[in-house]
Amino acid sequence: MSQDYLGMNLAGLKLANPTMLASGILGYSTETFESISEGGAGAIVTKSVGLKPRSGYVNPTVVQVSCGLVNAMGLPNPGMDEFAHEIRRAKTVLKVPLIASVYGYSEDEYALLAEKAVNAGADALELNVSCPHVKQTGSEIGQSPEILAAVVKKAKAVVDKPVIVKLSPNVTSIADLGEVAARAGADALTAINTVKAMVIDAETGMPILGNRVGGLSGPAVKPVALRCVYDLFEQVKIPIIGCGGVASWRDAVEFLLAGASAVQIGTAIAAEGPKVFSTITRGLSVYLRKKGFKDVNGIVGLSHRR
Amino acid sequence: MSAYHTADNRLRITPILVAEAESPTVKTLMFRDKHCAGARPGQFLMLWIPGVDEIPLSILNAEQDGMIAVAVKKIGQATKKLHGTKVGELIGVRGPFGNSFTIRDGRLLIVGGGTGIAPLLFLAKKLNLKQARPLFVLGAKSEEELLFLDRLRRLCSAGDLMTTTEDGSHGMKCLATEPLEGLMAKERFDMIYACGPEQMLRKVFDLAEKHGISMQTSLERIMRCAVGLCGSCVMGRYRVCRDGPVFTVEMLREVKDEFGVSKRDFDGRRISV
Repeated sequence: MSQDYLGMNLAGLKLANPTMLASGILGYSTETFESISEGGAGAIVTKSVGLKPRSGYVNPTVVQVSCGLVNAMGLPNPGMDEFAHEIRRAKTVLKVPLIASVYGYSEDEYALLAEKAVNAGADALELNVSCPHVKQTGSEIGQSPEILAAVVKKAKAVVDKPVIVKLSPNVTSIADLGEVAARAGADALTAINTVKAMVIDAETGMPILGNRVGGLSGPAVKPVALRCVYDLFEQVKIPIIGCGGVASWRDAVEFLLAGASAVQIGTAIAAEGPKVFSTITRGLSVYLRKKGFKDVNGIVGLSHRR
Repeated sequence: MSAYHTADNRLRITPILVAEAESPTVKTLMFRDKHCAGARPGQFLMLWIPGVDEIPLSILNAEQDGMIAVAVKKIGQATKKLHGTKVGELIGVRGPFGNSFTIRDGRLLIVGGGTGIAPLLFLAKKLNLKQARPLFVLGAKSEEELLFLDRLRRLCSAGDLMTTTEDGSHGMKCLATEPLEGLMAKERFDMIYACGPEQMLRKVFDLAEKHGISMQTSLERIMRCAVGLCGSCVMGRYRVCRDGPVFTVEMLREVKDEFGVSKRDFDGRRISV
């Protein structure tokens, strides 16, 4: 099946297919980006990068549960000054769009990070305003409509590349916050980041994660993420990128039907490796043909029909 | 379908059954874990010390009844704590993870430095000694840090076990890499297996390439998730936890710029090994 069939323009980003590497997964080095791209991803989102290097939390940082993973990595990253070199290097070889994920502790920090990432060559930005387990950033920014709006406005003011806002499900109304982000100028939304979670061991009586609490990802959050995408689609006009438990083409189709224009994949890489992207893309292509759709855009939001 | 079954990745809580000193800095810990019973030489497990840390450890031995052994060198907070654990204390186990050494027949050169000998002892036990004749070169700082000598002696003839120590207290006074050039010039090896400090491994690799000998080595990087997601252990396009920890000579050629040179720190920055 031709690339055009699955290709799309998402908020100005040209994607060969609607799958992306989710932020936080791998995402440090050009070589890794290349192997993900070779695996078939339509775009790559980097690990979240801040102004200063951060080591993250002590292990365990990832715990497997019945239907997913609970993690508290703690935003480990080399800091933007160092990471800018990696973005530059990646842009010389990478054939798919590179989206830089950034996190800051104030609107000025987000703006500065956005500027640095774009100057280094990032094709777009994803603002992490939804990490559930690092204080004074992530979801502490994204759950306040005023701060969220200020962060998005400021980032939009300093860069001319698409600004994507990654939303948290740990709020009263994700759709209201999505609308705030859209009004502030966001070009697209990613939904969702991990769902607040923890794991306790009965034998030792201890929380297992080094940080004690973290966020849930994988198949367990898929229905939650689907609902978030569905609600967002009802309320906002900008494109939505679905994220949460996508492991098969069927999952991807469900997200598109709920209103996502593309999907991000993370946890499924643990089981399937980078080839998960092409497996999903192939299945999606067969589905579209079988159902008689001209292209992938044809099914976006179809579940909203009554 | 993935070779990584969900159940194997989940943490199992089990008591320490044996804690034995091997040297002033190395202890062997044993516990039961049925998921690791089928572990192969070169694979590793993640060991949780409740409330302290979770660290990757090479598997020293795995019996069919589920008795698992690991060798722990005291190097940081977590391993120091492990050295203090008593029989009966609870730990958590995930694994086994990663690929393993390919078992070969013929004349084999097995080079181990320090605790690097742990997976190699496990490998040696799995060799078919009717078809394989291993020559061991073991290096350590001093005689008391030469590990598992008695067990290795039982697996080869006296002439096939060479030792080196940095202080000369046992065997030759040199690094384990010192005698290799002469050995490789003298006879033809079908395979080199190596594990130990990375600078040592790099030297072994360079010699193996010079002499055109195939090689497999087990590498170590910072590991956190152990399932190929977090990126802490990436080396070139490989994830050491999933695509390794055993690297073939072909894989090593691809990561020449990093192998023996640099690794990623906890914050993802490159630091020297």
